Amino acid sequence: MTPSGDIGIVTPVQVHFDQPLTLQSGKILPEFNLTTETYGVLNADRSNAVLVCHALSGNHHAAGRHDPADRKPGWWDLHIGPGKAIDTNRFFVVSSNNLGGCDGSTGPNTAQPETGQLWGPEFPQVTVQDWVRAQALLADHFGIATWAAVVGGSLGGMQALHWAAHYPDRVRNCVALAAAPKLTAQNIAFNEIARQAILADPNWFSGHYQREASTPTRGLSLARMVGHLTYMSADGMSDRFGRDISESSDGSQGEDEMVFQVESYLRYQGKQFSTRFDANTYLLMTRALDRFDITEGFGGSLEAAMAATKARMLVVSFSSDWRFSPARSRELVDALLASERPVTYAEIQTDAGHDAFLLDEAHYTDLFRAWMAQVTV
Amino acid sequence: MRYDLTQVEAWIPEGSRVLDLGCGDGAFLDRLQQTRRVRGLGLELDPVNLIAATQLGVDIVQQDMDQGLDNFPDASFDVVILAHALQVLNRPDRVLRDMVRIGREAVVTFPNFGHWRCRLHLGLHGRMPVSEVLPYRWYDTPNIHFCTVRDFEALCGTLNIDIIDRDIVSGPAMKLFKHWFPNLFGSTAIFRIRACA
Repeated sequence: MTPSGDIGIVTPVQVHFDQPLTLQSGKILPEFNLTTETYGVLNADRSNAVLVCHALSGNHHAAGRHDPADRKPGWWDLHIGPGKAIDTNRFFVVSSNNLGGCDGSTGPNTAQPETGQLWGPEFPQVTVQDWVRAQALLADHFGIATWAAVVGGSLGGMQALHWAAHYPDRVRNCVALAAAPKLTAQNIAFNEIARQAILADPNWFSGHYQREASTPTRGLSLARMVGHLTYMSADGMSDRFGRDISESSDGSQGEDEMVFQVESYLRYQGKQFSTRFDANTYLLMTRALDRFDITEGFGGSLEAAMAATKARMLVVSFSSDWRFSPARSRELVDALLASERPVTYAEIQTDAGHDAFLLDEAHYTDLFRAWMAQVTV
Repeated sequence: MRYDLTQVEAWIPEGSRVLDLGCGDGAFLDRLQQTRRVRGLGLELDPVNLIAATQLGVDIVQQDMDQGLDNFPDASFDVVILAHALQVLNRPDRVLRDMVRIGREAVVTFPNFGHWRCRLHLGLHGRMPVSEVLPYRWYDTPNIHFCTVRDFEALCGTLNIDIIDRDIVSGPAMKLFKHWFPNLFGSTAIFRIRACA
């Protein structure tokens, strides 16, 4: 079965929070906004709410289109909508841009309340815990005492895990796709290369590039190229690009230069990203990812963290994902089994790498939909 | 329902925690969840079965038994079931050892290769038996480790496994004989076992 049903036109709203939020770092945000989209209808019992958590470079726009002319729908439109895994005929779906993001929520490219100046590099470091606490306030805002499900992939899956471990009475079901209990040295290394690319850009200006009417596009684009590479598998890249030569070089490298398809693809991805994403946010998000450790607060024990959960769990990994490999998901599953928690686990066979959780892969979509259909509202 | 499963069901205590190794589409665990109110978990490799079990609301983990069951703690289940899967395993002995470690009890069902039809086939034709129940030929069968009731009992002895109970399924005409000659007249064997104290 392929996903069906279109969610149509959606409009983000700005949810404002007056109360100060003390971040894990000890720094205080005097007030903040979360740019949020919702899909479907909250039922009278407010028992059908599903929180969707976005990954590193995602945002609140998970499904539907803002304008009929939009070329692409939200980033998870394949799995959110009428009749899809996260079925908007049944669920009220909440999706917000994380704190520190660059798509409307309070972050580096929003103004500080006291001075009216952009936060820029002064924006405090945020963590998965901070995001989840902000999302908990968002749940309060909607009058949602308990999420029917908290769902996410990659860094979004880590937020879902944090929810389940730290708010066990507010999460009935939890979905962690292509996630991991914490990052490996290799994961952190790739993020560091990406950060250094940004920091080395002459247009970085110590993070005050906006003040200088500039953008570190080269650094941001290089950061994205490195990141993007880790989202794809070697086989997937061979299938898609092989050693094919690009027909039209962008001309910037001189006419005689031979450009492989994979080069021009990565350049394109980097360039696109550098026009839509904020460099300060990229640093914040990658550091939040690096610092994430689900065992924090549980004496370093993954088993203790998973034992704290009360939610029914779905863990899914993808065979060719080398960013957060199936072995990392197995760690989560084994800890859940050791704590006798209810869990379903699948390793989906695919060449699509880490990004597979965003796609409509054989068996994945059906399993996801079947599992979500068992979520009671 | 297959007769061996009816017998297995009778041996499952109410409200127990049950692990079904090679649970297929999860229908049996689903039944146990309803009739015995068990807390069930299935183990499967086939993604289509994973989806089917999930549709029934059965928790299921994709895992290859042949790669070991080390991730399951000791005595973490009341009963571990292995129904008609012993013969497809690379190392049935290792899985059996794990079953009685993970479960306080285990239930194993398998086709008895000592059944008279198998013996007759091999004896008369000098070729590996092919029947309705076991339709594969020797070279394409997933059933790589056939054993007889007596083989199984001997293995239990070697592995220090206690046989708590045993039931033998046979054709209607052979019902009487199976009590005296289970290894000859039983087509399916069902064993209830546990680790020696």
